[in-house]
Amino acid sequence: MTAPGSTVTRSPSRAGRTPGSTVTRGPSRAGRTLHAGPLAYGILIVAVLFSAFPFYWTIVAASRSNADLAKVPPTLLPGPNLIRNFEAVLEEADIGKALLNSLIVSGSITLGTVLCCTLAGFAFAKLRFRGRGALLAITIGTMMIPPQLGVIPLFMLIAELGWVNQLQAVILPGLVSAFGVFFMRQYLVQTLPDELIEAARVDGASTARIFWSIVVPIARPGMAVLGLLTFMAAWNDFFWPVVALTSSEPTVQVALRQLGGGYVHDQSVIMAGTLLGTLPVLLVFGLLGRQIVGGIMQGAVKG
Amino acid sequence: MTLTASETPAPPKPVPPPARRGSARRAWQSFSPYAYLAPFFTLFVAFGLFPLLYTAFVSLYRVELQTPGDMEWRGLGNYTALFGDEYFWLSLRNTFTIGVLSTVPQLVMALGLAHLLNYKMRGRTFLRTAVLLPYATSVAAATLVFAQLFGRDFGLINYALGLVGIDPVDWQNGTLASQIAVSTVVIWRWTGYNALIYLAGMQSIPHELYEAAAMDGASRWRQFFHVTLPGLRPTILFTVIVSTIGATQLFGEPLLLEGSVSGGISHQYQTLGLYMYEQGWGFFHLGRAAAIAWVMFLLIVVLVGVNALIARRRSRKEAGR
Repeated sequence: MTAPGSTVTRSPSRAGRTPGSTVTRGPSRAGRTLHAGPLAYGILIVAVLFSAFPFYWTIVAASRSNADLAKVPPTLLPGPNLIRNFEAVLEEADIGKALLNSLIVSGSITLGTVLCCTLAGFAFAKLRFRGRGALLAITIGTMMIPPQLGVIPLFMLIAELGWVNQLQAVILPGLVSAFGVFFMRQYLVQTLPDELIEAARVDGASTARIFWSIVVPIARPGMAVLGLLTFMAAWNDFFWPVVALTSSEPTVQVALRQLGGGYVHDQSVIMAGTLLGTLPVLLVFGLLGRQIVGGIMQGAVKG
Repeated sequence: MTLTASETPAPPKPVPPPARRGSARRAWQSFSPYAYLAPFFTLFVAFGLFPLLYTAFVSLYRVELQTPGDMEWRGLGNYTALFGDEYFWLSLRNTFTIGVLSTVPQLVMALGLAHLLNYKMRGRTFLRTAVLLPYATSVAAATLVFAQLFGRDFGLINYALGLVGIDPVDWQNGTLASQIAVSTVVIWRWTGYNALIYLAGMQSIPHELYEAAAMDGASRWRQFFHVTLPGLRPTILFTVIVSTIGATQLFGEPLLLEGSVSGGISHQYQTLGLYMYEQGWGFFHLGRAAAIAWVMFLLIVVLVGVNALIARRRSRKEAGR
């Protein structure tokens, strides 16, 4: 999972900006270059506190005992039971296996999606072939349809294949990302000059050669952003893993659903599981939050 | 959605290959684009397109979870059974009310937040990242934490309400209260995300428009309503559509508020997504669940269509002025 993330160095968020967005930096122009007053700061700080409080509360609850959580007035500071609750949840809900499974599933989905989408995005952006418009239209047209609507036939399919409760049942459908294809296509349309491909062709390079030595290096920042977004979405995916897997072969989300399903009653243990299951994405977010923000804003401008 | 699918200028015809290249090579060159599409489209057809379309077919059969291979023709039986079930209508209504309760405050707050985040200020990057933090959590994790905070007897929220003299609220059994609790999780997770989408939209509004407005003596407030909002219209439509689709699909939040597939004792916060899961994996009626999925699909098509229609009519009205 570090492979696609670690390549983010060039601040990809700048790559696809429209000229309009840089205009805001002009010196003391009317209207747009407003400086924030105390009120704006105040509201934003409150918003940040609202965003962050549930995380803080998870830590507080996960480090207390169940009895502490039933006190009035409630305790608002972390306690000494964090390790004990971690041990309890590792034993009761098999969070260790769930973390490993989630890592395998999300890692495979990320690598596979980025590869498939870069290949297809390159073809749509730079190659000419029959049916290009129609295929692109189908891809974009289904981008907005929630995959949740297809779960019944999908379940029948994996039952037929004997894949129920096996990780590939979650990995293979997870590789389908119409958004990813569209994202990579737009990225390559904007960053890869046609002249570069022409020049390579004149030199006798095959399309495969062009893909690996010209397209991939240029597409790398876009691939990294797509990888980040894909990893977080795969890690957090809920409906399909809950349907396709059981508690004997869980991902983190399946294990959390089990924890919330009522057979563990100790609230502090449930919160410890929640904390363990969220830490990996928080880590990714903490290290690469800027790139994720950039990716979302870039996707918004393009999409 | 504003598909700015900027068409590439048609590249000049590739230089004719040297004569020594055989015709087999040339055939490969014209075929090879499809090789680049093959991995995606194979998976897309097998695990994306086929299940989506086949849902309509399955909804006409009786299929049970234990024997998914056996299909027995039922015609429209699944649909008539569905429309005769009071819990279907209840979950449809709940999906709608929770959808409104979660989407409207979420998008309004996101708009305000985006406006503030667009100011010049210290720690801008930090603030943008911080408001996006909830987006990094999963539905499951967020809902479990909020279920704890919304506890009736020892929850922090009821305690805080008690400090200002409000009696404890039963966030699980009250109809409105439980729907507010579910909506709160949605709002918490998605407001920051939508704010960033709006921020991106705001930054692409041409600066000259603000200059002109300021020259005409428009206050900041008027600039927001007469420059920012009209400029953001496509972005707002996009977020409304995405949020509407998300609201129609709502599943994890109502499932994990208490952990039951019925969405509360009297189904008071059961959504269509949860109802589908209950029919399919609680009662083993896959055919019936497929009918629900198809109804949800049609619902999305209608809602998105209505949204787009309203947006088009409004912009035409503006243009006519």
